[in-house]
Amino acid sequence: MSVLVIAEHDGKQLKPGTANTVTAAAKIGGDIAVLVAGHQCADAAQAAARLAGVGKVLLADAPHYAGAVAENMAALVQGIAAQFTHILAPATGFGKNFMPRVAALLDVQQISDISAVVSDDTFVRPIYAGNAMATVQSADKVKVITVRATGFDAAGEGGSAAVESLAAGPDAGLSKFNGQELSKSDRPELTAARIIVSGGRGMGSGENFKILEALADKLGAAVGASRAAVDSGFVPNDYQVGQTGKIVAPELYIAVGISGAIQHLAGMKDSKVIVAINKDAEAPIFAVANYWLVEDLFKAVPELTQQL
Amino acid sequence: MKVLVTVKRVIDPYVKVRVKSDGTGVETANVKMAMNPFCEIAVEQAVRMKEAGIVTEIVAVSVGVQQCQETLRTAMAMGADRGILVETTADVQPLGVAKLVKAIIDREQPKLVIMGKQAIDDDSNQAGQMVSALLGWPQSAFTSAIAVNGDSADVTREIDGGLEKLTIRLPAVVTTDLRLNEPRYVTLPNIMKAKKKPLEVLKPEALGVDIAPRLKTLKVEEPPKRSAGVKVADVAELVAKLKNEARVI
Ligand SMILES: Cc1cc2nc3c(=O)[nH]c(=O)nc-3n(C[C@H](O)[C@H](O)[C@H](O)COP(=O)(O)OP(=O)(O)OC[C@H]3O[C@@H](n4cnc5c(N)ncnc54)[C@H](O)[C@@H]3O)c2cc1C
Ligand SMILES: Nc1ncnc2c1ncn2[C@@H]1O[C@H](COP(=O)(O)O)[C@@H](O)[C@H]1O
Repeated sequence: MSVLVIAEHDGKQLKPGTANTVTAAAKIGGDIAVLVAGHQCADAAQAAARLAGVGKVLLADAPHYAGAVAENMAALVQGIAAQFTHILAPATGFGKNFMPRVAALLDVQQISDISAVVSDDTFVRPIYAGNAMATVQSADKVKVITVRATGFDAAGEGGSAAVESLAAGPDAGLSKFNGQELSKSDRPELTAARIIVSGGRGMGSGENFKILEALADKLGAAVGASRAAVDSGFVPNDYQVGQTGKIVAPELYIAVGISGAIQHLAGMKDSKVIVAINKDAEAPIFAVANYWLVEDLFKAVPELTQQL
Repeated sequence: MKVLVTVKRVIDPYVKVRVKSDGTGVETANVKMAMNPFCEIAVEQAVRMKEAGIVTEIVAVSVGVQQCQETLRTAMAMGADRGILVETTADVQPLGVAKLVKAIIDREQPKLVIMGKQAIDDDSNQAGQMVSALLGWPQSAFTSAIAVNGDSADVTREIDGGLEKLTIRLPAVVTTDLRLNEPRYVTLPNIMKAKKKPLEVLKPEALGVDIAPRLKTLKVEEPPKRSAGVKVADVAELVAKLKNEARVI
């Protein structure tokens, strides 16, 4: 068996999901190679080489891999696919964008968002917003898989794999990358944070999120949100936790003014400890909370910040 | 220009799904069904583009059982001009859906294809990107804005760190994210009008596409349950529990 993991990175460092995807690869077994594709990403390739369990790193460095444009990424992966029995990427916005394209080019049915490896052809994945877990067996020659990071621990460091350069493929020229608008924050990234404080419609406004930010700063936490808070314009889209947002499983998740719709629970119910603060004693979020407090958030949150 | 949209019939997103006791799937008998929310957004986008004079015709496509005709009628009540159902009772997985949709695209030659980013039943998030790959067309997945300019489109995509902007050549495949638009409600007069719109029914064999499933579902189970939590009286008790019992702060 020979597993390819496609790294998500920012040129310098690996993004959090990559190390978890390497662990999923290790559970499948066999040799593990990591593909680092991008522009000016030699540092990220070095970081991949240090991950425990990685046998080699393939570095494809060219301007048209900047931004991981799907058409170019898929063609690159298709070109080297024959060497591998499994091709894995994190089930993040990065992996979800180009992996189905890889699968279609290889005439393979992708296995999305796996949360466990049963054997080299059998995997567990959530369906219906995590309300059911399906165990599926693939009959395809190559398994194309995206990995739910929260299902696997991050691989540690200690590796010293060789980095090989991979000739870049052509630029498909189907689309032009016009840049990204990234939200700036000094707080930890949602998918990597040990503690997350999330706000919902109950926050009332973007301005009011300041009280959550004060709590987050006290805890060294990331800030998340429900879809309602994002749609209302309180916070940017990349704060959204849920079925169609980010999937998180921190040690502590504090849900504030969030009712607990199934689509929100889908993104956070695997957190180790869940705290819910809501003024409605019947809020469904309490069903998944370890500790719940029925109180007005504008009273409870500042008090909590103060008592920590 | 002509636009093709795909609409999937799924269990209503606000229904609590139940896993069948024999572990073969989830209960679908007597369960409320609806159009996949991301497909509603796709239809809405096409209709808005038609209202803006950019689009001349909207063709809605669905793959599945006979009752998907209802889903197509809903799309037509929202403003699609006609519907095509690829009728089958088989479990068609995203690669099979993508091949069927490609076969229809080959026939219909639309300049833009708008699909949902994800079907909320299988949560695969694949079919749109696959259609685009099979055609060799550009893609814009998780799209929150589209502006067509002649033979290209400027799109904004939702990515993990924020937003991304691309210019894609047309024809192309776009998949919708939640914030692309807010779908309209269908009105009674439009439901009546939709009944008269053309709806073609095809079998997968007629399109010469192999839709045999590649994934076998061995079992479907309930997710692990969280143990019941406790209500705390006030913030002081919460802090004490987090420190001494849960030991997470
Ligand atoms: C296809 C689809 C995908 C979706 N994906 C997602 C997703 O990824 N993530 C997501 O979150 N949602 C998602 N949703 C939306 C989801 O169904 C809910 O609408 C949403 O999660 C509700 O957000 P909320 O809990 O913030 O708002 P509400 O349901 O309006 O709840 C607000 C809560 O705040 C409480 N509150 C109000 N004021 C106060 C106060 N002063 N003090 C204390 N408590 C207060 C209220 O009691 C209430 O419980 C999706 C929906 C669909 C159809
Ligand atoms: N059976 C189907 N009929 C029509 N459209 C579908 C079907 N399955 C998937 N799609 C489209 O493809 C999108 C992505 O689906 P999926 O890859 O299954 O998550 C959906 O939002 C639909 O627009």
